Amino acid sequence: MDVSKEEIKHIAKLANLNLKEDEIDKYILNLQDILNFANIVNNAPTEGVEEAIGVQNKENVFRKDEVKKFSNREELLQNAPDKENGMFKIPKVI
Amino acid sequence: MNITDLTVHELMEKLEKKELTSEEITKAYIDRINEKEKDVDAFVTLTTDDALKQAKEIDEKRKNGEDVSKLAGIPIGIKDNMCTKGVKTTCSSKMLENFISPYDATVVEKINEIQMPSLGKLNMDEFAMGGSTEYSYFKKTKNPWNLNKVPGGSSGGSAAAVAAKMVPWALGSDTGGSIRQPASLCGVVGLKPTYGLVSRFGLVAFASSLDQIGPITKDVKDAAMLLNVIAGHDERDTTSAIVEKKDYVKALKNDVKGLKIGVPKEYFGEGINEEVKETLEEAIKKYEELGATVEECSINVADYALATYYIIACAEASSNLGRFDGIRYGYRTKNYENLKDIYRNSRSEGFGAEVKRRIILGTYVLSSGYYDAYYKKAQQVRTLVKQEFAKAFEKYDVLLTPTSPTVAFNIGEKSENPLEMYLSDICTVSVNIAGLPGISIPVGVDKSGMPIGMQLIGNHFEEETILNAAYTYEQSIKFKEKYEPEFKK
Repeated sequence: MDVSKEEIKHIAKLANLNLKEDEIDKYILNLQDILNFANIVNNAPTEGVEEAIGVQNKENVFRKDEVKKFSNREELLQNAPDKENGMFKIPKVI
Repeated sequence: MNITDLTVHELMEKLEKKELTSEEITKAYIDRINEKEKDVDAFVTLTTDDALKQAKEIDEKRKNGEDVSKLAGIPIGIKDNMCTKGVKTTCSSKMLENFISPYDATVVEKINEIQMPSLGKLNMDEFAMGGSTEYSYFKKTKNPWNLNKVPGGSSGGSAAAVAAKMVPWALGSDTGGSIRQPASLCGVVGLKPTYGLVSRFGLVAFASSLDQIGPITKDVKDAAMLLNVIAGHDERDTTSAIVEKKDYVKALKNDVKGLKIGVPKEYFGEGINEEVKETLEEAIKKYEELGATVEECSINVADYALATYYIIACAEASSNLGRFDGIRYGYRTKNYENLKDIYRNSRSEGFGAEVKRRIILGTYVLSSGYYDAYYKKAQQVRTLVKQEFAKAFEKYDVLLTPTSPTVAFNIGEKSENPLEMYLSDICTVSVNIAGLPGISIPVGVDKSGMPIGMQLIGNHFEEETILNAAYTYEQSIKFKEKYEPEFKK
């Protein structure tokens, strides 16, 4: 399984990660190693087998769509790297 | 008597008979932490002052005849990926270095309800990704049996702290072996419950369809007791199962007569250390002597399980870790001009190399062009793995395997070779893929004195069966009385 530089860069972009040149080379090697190993799944007898969606084959779990007030707004906001007037602050978008 | 040598059920008895107070117990553990933590490095955050304060309050309540739980005042340690209100929850990541959760995880609520003082938050591989605790952003935890060896991972801090007797017991989490493998490498007991038995609410998600919280303890009875505390339905976790409340301690009968044990041959093949095999063969003989029937069997798709696991776990991780964007919580880069920069640079600077590796792998297997070849295929294999185990449990009550293919390896030995590190999960991952319960107990040591673990796998929600099987063997070999970590340097 060959992974190209362009592919890694594309994947990193999808994942919102910047990779330095030396990181790209390292991750290509790692990824190739792991994918070569992971390829074994293609030998499994999966003809006509359904995909699992998790562990249990459960029904949907519903709950009432009710608004619950979180009692401590300050505690929620204390982790925000930047905030103003009780709101999360980000750089100008438009 | 050394307080820190006692199991929790022994401590509980002594509390009841008023031979010990919570304060004495908590103090003994704090003294032990002060003595051993500098060698072991198991904690990310210590909360010993609060623990002692709480212990004194509980003694006061007991003295005044107030109705408190039998376990009240017995301390615990918590893996640092479970949210604790007011105390940092870092996931051993730079990304969450200063994160203070505004709420408690359900398991933490349950512990608080019983009033078990928390001694602190325990080290782990960053975001629970790893098998050695070397991928922690903060520190490398050492194996108490030999300080040059890894404790396993990702719950390496929890297992090392229990082995070093710095906590009476601890909570860990297990996505592909992260409770059982470190328990095995540190010579303690680790139980991964059936998927859905313990609420994941407030557990920082790695791979949501595989993650499960469970106990790491000195013996099997303690594991049953801690499972009693944390099991139960929770509507805040939609995958939480609705099952009747059980008393798992009652399941410990010290009797395996008539128990049917299957030994899947795929778990004794290439890559499994000879001494590990020999030790398990002794266990098999002993089970037969004790009246169980043991038979070789086969889990046909076991060879595909590890690859399937890494595809599914990384895919889910790449999605789960998308939330770390430097806006609402977590690390934010200093280096940005626009919003996109904040996302990218915060993630690139905040995540460590292994986390990025898994996000990249996960994004790759989910990306168009590769989805069918990897992710879809892996989900089909997952169905096969579930079917194979279901077939095995028509015939057997318990499956017996090694927990880890080898004993603890040296620090630095595998950290630069991700694939090699992944191979240390080979015996444990299929249990998560199929959502089954699995327990690891120590069954011996190798020539160098490092502990060897045995894994017992049960059918869904059959924790009682594996706990009893583990307990019965534990009673017959008395590992804990024969061996003890030596903190070799």
